[in-house]
Amino acid sequence: MTVMDLLGAPQGGAPTDPDQPPPVVELRAVERQFPGDPPVHALYPADLQVGAGEYLSVVGPSGSGKSTLLNLLGLLDRPSDGEYLLDGIPTAHAGERERAALRARHIGFVFQAFHLLPHRTVLENVLLATIYSGVPRAERRDRAVEALDRVGLSHRLDFRPTVLSGGERQRTAVARAVVSQPRVLLADEPTGNLDSESSAAVLELFDELHASGLTLLVITHEDDVSARAQRRVRIIDGHMREIA
Amino acid sequence: MTGLVGALVEAWDELRLHRLRVLLALIGVAAAVMAITAVTAAVQMLTQGYTESAERAMGRQVTLTVDAWRMSEQAAPATELDATYDRVLARYGITWASRDWYTSVPFRFPDGTSRVEVRAVDPALGTMQRVGVDQGRWFTDTDATAYAPVVVVNEAFLERLGAGGLEAHPTVLLGDETPVRAVVVGVTAPRWPGEEPAAMVLYEQLVRWYTPADDGWGQAVPSLKVWVPPDVVDDLAPRLRRDVAAVLPGWEVQVYDNRDLGSGALEGAARWVALGVGAFALLLGGLGLVNIALVTVRHRIREIGIRRSFGATSGRIFFGVLMESVVATAVAGLVGVVLAVAVIKNIPVDTLFGGGIQDRPPFPVSAALVGMACATGVGALAGVIPATVAVRVKVIDAIRY
Repeated sequence: MTVMDLLGAPQGGAPTDPDQPPPVVELRAVERQFPGDPPVHALYPADLQVGAGEYLSVVGPSGSGKSTLLNLLGLLDRPSDGEYLLDGIPTAHAGERERAALRARHIGFVFQAFHLLPHRTVLENVLLATIYSGVPRAERRDRAVEALDRVGLSHRLDFRPTVLSGGERQRTAVARAVVSQPRVLLADEPTGNLDSESSAAVLELFDELHASGLTLLVITHEDDVSARAQRRVRIIDGHMREIA
Repeated sequence: MTGLVGALVEAWDELRLHRLRVLLALIGVAAAVMAITAVTAAVQMLTQGYTESAERAMGRQVTLTVDAWRMSEQAAPATELDATYDRVLARYGITWASRDWYTSVPFRFPDGTSRVEVRAVDPALGTMQRVGVDQGRWFTDTDATAYAPVVVVNEAFLERLGAGGLEAHPTVLLGDETPVRAVVVGVTAPRWPGEEPAAMVLYEQLVRWYTPADDGWGQAVPSLKVWVPPDVVDDLAPRLRRDVAAVLPGWEVQVYDNRDLGSGALEGAARWVALGVGAFALLLGGLGLVNIALVTVRHRIREIGIRRSFGATSGRIFFGVLMESVVATAVAGLVGVVLAVAVIKNIPVDTLFGGGIQDRPPFPVSAALVGMACATGVGALAGVIPATVAVRVKVIDAIRY
């Protein structure tokens, strides 16, 4: 505990109203640099707030720092400095177990390469996310089937991902990401491996999820994907700024 | 508890998915467990065979033998010996006892009369020394009062008699000048190839019908053998010696036991050999398992990364990979134990280890437990290395592409 904590003052960033729910994602002067000679600044100190139900896209060219940002937001990496609050919970100094629990209960991932387990069926892949997020065993299957129904794949439950189209694989990944009802969906180039038709279908799905109140954070280098979001953030050479 | 069950279910699921690799990895473990279990069981059989063999020669543990022999030509005849034996048995409440007299008796064979080595005993000796009767039967208490003596002979005796089997109820004339016709009621198991004809007869019957010549061959008087609990041996032995010596002036009386003839040394040595062989085999099986598990973990790095990104803790990943190894080897251990039971039950190990075993021991549960424990232990040890590798997987690298 610091003196700032005792005084009740926020540690950087905008002051928060105690009556307002905290932002789902809040970066306070978060930076990330990798040691070297000279050190590599992958992300310069950045502030960001994403409220519940917002749809934000992060756009930028290759090597701009998008993946670094995603890793920090997804609690897969720790900032070199600054604080990241997920749903109001400080995470920069949280232990490994606590960060894993936060990932399980608050974050859903959608990857560019889908990252489905090839030996498991579509249903088993979706069930995977429920194992770690505390969903009671008795509810898991129903929740997974419901999630797959939501993405239009209830007819593919027992298929292996290897026989699905790219669009279907990504929809499976979306179902896996939302089955545990996370606070935020982090999507890393979700349409990067898809044809235009499948891309459109996935983006429509994102629109639907957003409309139902889910907070979305999509990282992309495609402007048309980025344009679907309410808010847009551009990142270039590690510097992040919001596009008006 | 729920976490443990969950981890077990997950581990089983993984094994089910990767049947082929699991099968390949576990063949060595199953074979090693089978070897360690089967050899442990075989050693018990061997020990039992050795014990029974020793008991056939020297009696069960603990058998006391009272022996007497003349110290001079002027020693008094041992007329009171039988009565003294009866008295001491009654005095000390000994229930398992038999006289045992090695002597020679003339029998009339088709090719002429010849003296044959004879043991004159009481019926209890059959149990006390595990006398194996291949055909027919051993003596009963009523045989002692039967009109005609009965004999139990060895195969060489029966062959010389030219009687074929016992179905023809063979008889033989026992004695020289006034022989008596004895009925052959049993044939003992051969103890070694080229055995000379030999016979056993009840002591009561022999002394009724024939008085062996005291010609220096065999014992002058019968020994007394008693089968007693180990804790009374030290107290009983000097009392027996004193009581028997009291009625045999001029005779040397000795009492000795067979406690030194146990099978402890053999059992210990054989067990160490078995453990050494089994442990080496298990080590080889375990190394194979580690090898395949390491390769498998390398192939599963992305999966581990995905699991971590969805909230699996490093502890859970470690425990999961470890449990896969443990569950797999436990299953392999079970297969090994079942195979060992099948082998031990279907191969005549008792006859392979020299001579039939009367009290064939059941398949030792301890051997099965040792096998299962070794399998699980090897699984845990073999799982630690790949589990550590799995934990060190960098999530960011694993899910990058």
